[in-house]
Amino acid sequence: MATVSISKTGKAWWKGAYQRTMSLRLPWISVFIVLVLLVCAAFSPLVAPHDPTLISMLDGKLAPGENLKYPLGTDIMGRDMLSRLIFGARTTVFISLVALGTGALVGTVVGLVAGFREGWFDAVAMRAADAALGFPTILVAMVIVVVLGAGIESIILAVILTVWARFARMIRADVLGIKSMDFVTSARIAGVSMPLIIWRHVFPNTVNTLMIITSLQVGQVILLEASLSFLGLGLPVGEPAWGIMVSEGKAVILDVWWLSLLPGLAITAVVLAFNYTGDWLRDALDPKLRRI
Amino acid sequence: MQRYILVRLTQGVITLLMLSLAVFVSVHLTGDPALYLLGPEGNRQDYEQLQKNLGLDKPLPVQYAVFLGNIIQGDFGISPITGQSARKTLMERFPATLQLAGVAFLLTMFVGIPLGVLSAVKRDSVFDHCGKFFAVLGIATPSFWIAIMAILLFGAILGWLPTFGRGGIDHYILPAFVLSWGGMAGIVRLVRSSMLDVLDSEYVKFARVKGLSERLVIYKHALKNAVIPALTFGGLTLAGLLNGSVAIEVVFAWPGIGRLMLQGINQRDFPIIQATVMAAGLFYVVISLVVDILYAYVNPRIRYD
Repeated sequence: MATVSISKTGKAWWKGAYQRTMSLRLPWISVFIVLVLLVCAAFSPLVAPHDPTLISMLDGKLAPGENLKYPLGTDIMGRDMLSRLIFGARTTVFISLVALGTGALVGTVVGLVAGFREGWFDAVAMRAADAALGFPTILVAMVIVVVLGAGIESIILAVILTVWARFARMIRADVLGIKSMDFVTSARIAGVSMPLIIWRHVFPNTVNTLMIITSLQVGQVILLEASLSFLGLGLPVGEPAWGIMVSEGKAVILDVWWLSLLPGLAITAVVLAFNYTGDWLRDALDPKLRRI
Repeated sequence: MQRYILVRLTQGVITLLMLSLAVFVSVHLTGDPALYLLGPEGNRQDYEQLQKNLGLDKPLPVQYAVFLGNIIQGDFGISPITGQSARKTLMERFPATLQLAGVAFLLTMFVGIPLGVLSAVKRDSVFDHCGKFFAVLGIATPSFWIAIMAILLFGAILGWLPTFGRGGIDHYILPAFVLSWGGMAGIVRLVRSSMLDVLDSEYVKFARVKGLSERLVIYKHALKNAVIPALTFGGLTLAGLLNGSVAIEVVFAWPGIGRLMLQGINQRDFPIIQATVMAAGLFYVVISLVVDILYAYVNPRIRYD
C-alpha cells in the first residue's frame, strides 16, 4: 500500500510541477534563446567546434552549409563562424554582466540614499541622472575613449555611465513611497540606524522593481555594446565580438554576405529574447507597470 | 513661463559647461599636446617654446578659461592632420548631418504617427500585428546592421538605390530610413497606446453619442490629444538621432560630423574631437531646450511656478 501511495504522490508532484511551470506562461522561445546564450557564454571552449581565432586561409569564405566541418561557414581568413559567434556570446555576456551589474549597484545605492534622505544629495543625484539619461551615449563613449583609448574598459564604463541613472530614478521613486509606510516609521521610532533601515526594510521592497528594470535594460545594453564595438571603440579588430564581426563583414558584404548577416541575427535574436522575457517578468511581478 | 525658460536655459548652459570641462580634462589626461605636436625630432628648447605658445605653462584653471573663451568664439584650433582649422571642417560637415537628421525626423513623425493611429483604430487586425512586429524589430535590431543589410538588398541585389555618399534625394532614402526606424518604432507604440487611451475616454464617447461620424471622432477629437506625448518623444528622438547617426554615417559613407568625430578619435586629432563633441553637445542641448519649451507651451501643467 505504502509504495503505491508514494508513487502516486510522486506522480502528482511531477504533474503539479509541470502544470505550475506551464501556468507561468513563460515566453518559451525567448527563455530558450537566453539559455542557449548563457550556455554558449559559460562553456564557449567546450561548445565551440574550432578555435575562433585560428586562421586557415585554405578554408576561407566558405558559405554556411557548404562544408559540414564549418556548419555556418568561415570568414575571409578561414576562421569558423560558429565558433566566433559562440565566443562572441561570451564577450557580450561578460560586458553586459559587468556593466549592467555595476550600473545597477551604483544606481540602486544612489536611488536608495537619494530617496530616503532627500535634500541636497537627492537634488544633485537627480540632476546628474537627468544628464546621464539625456546625453547621447555615443558622445559619452567617445570622450571616454579619448581618455582611456579603445578597449573593453571604455565600453563598460560608457555603459555604466548611462545605465545607473535609470536604476537611480526608478528605485528613488519606489523609496519615496516606501519610506512613508508604517513599518519604516516604527523602525525609526525604535531607533534603528538609517543604513540598517534602508538595508533591512526599504531595500527588500525595491527588489521587484530592480529585477524588472534589469531585465528590461539587458537588451539595450547589448545593443549599446554592439554599436560601440562596431565603431571600433571596444575590443581590437579580429577579436570575437558580434559588433566587430558585423563591421568586418561590411567591406565584403557583396561577396561574403554571411559575415555580417549572422552576427546581426544573433544580436537581434538575443535582444528580442531579453525584451520579451523582461516584458513577461514585468507583467508577472507588477502589472501596474505594464505601460512603461 | 518666463521663469521656466530661464531655468531650462541655465540648465542647458551648465550642461555645455560640464561637457567642455570633460573635453578639456580628457584632452589633458591623454598626454601632453605639446609633446604630441612636437614629434620625435624636437629638442627641449622647442618644446618649452611650444608649451609657451600653446599656453600650457599657465595654471590649469587659466588654461581652461582660455580654452572656454576660444570655444565660445568657435575657435577650436588647427587640425594637425589636415592643416585646416577645425571650425572650417566642422562647418563643411555639419549641414550633411543636419539634413540627414532632419529627413529622418520627418520620416519618424509622418510615418510613425499615422501608423500608430491606424494600429489603434484597427486594433488586433492584421495591420495592427504587422505594425507591432515592425516596432518590436525596430527596437531590437542594431541600426548599423540594418544599414548593411539594406545596402545588400536595395543596393546590391535589387540595385534600386545608391548606397553611399551624399547626392540627390535618392541618396537620402536608405540612410534616413534606417536612422529613423528605431525612433519610428517608439512613436508607433506610443501613439497606439495613447490613442487607445483617448478612444476610451469620456469625451470621445460623448462625441460618438452625439452622432458624429467615426472619422470626425478619430481625426478631430481623438488625434489631437493622442499626439501630444508623441511630440515630446519626437523631440527626444531628434536629439537621439545624433547617437544613431555616427554608425549610419560610417556605413553609408555620409560626410557628416558623426564620421568626422570617429575619424578624429582614430587619428587622435584633438581640435577635431573638441569641435565635433562641442557641436554635437550644442545641437543636443538646443533641441531639448526647444522641445521642453514647446511642450510647456502645449501642456501648462508642467511649467515651474
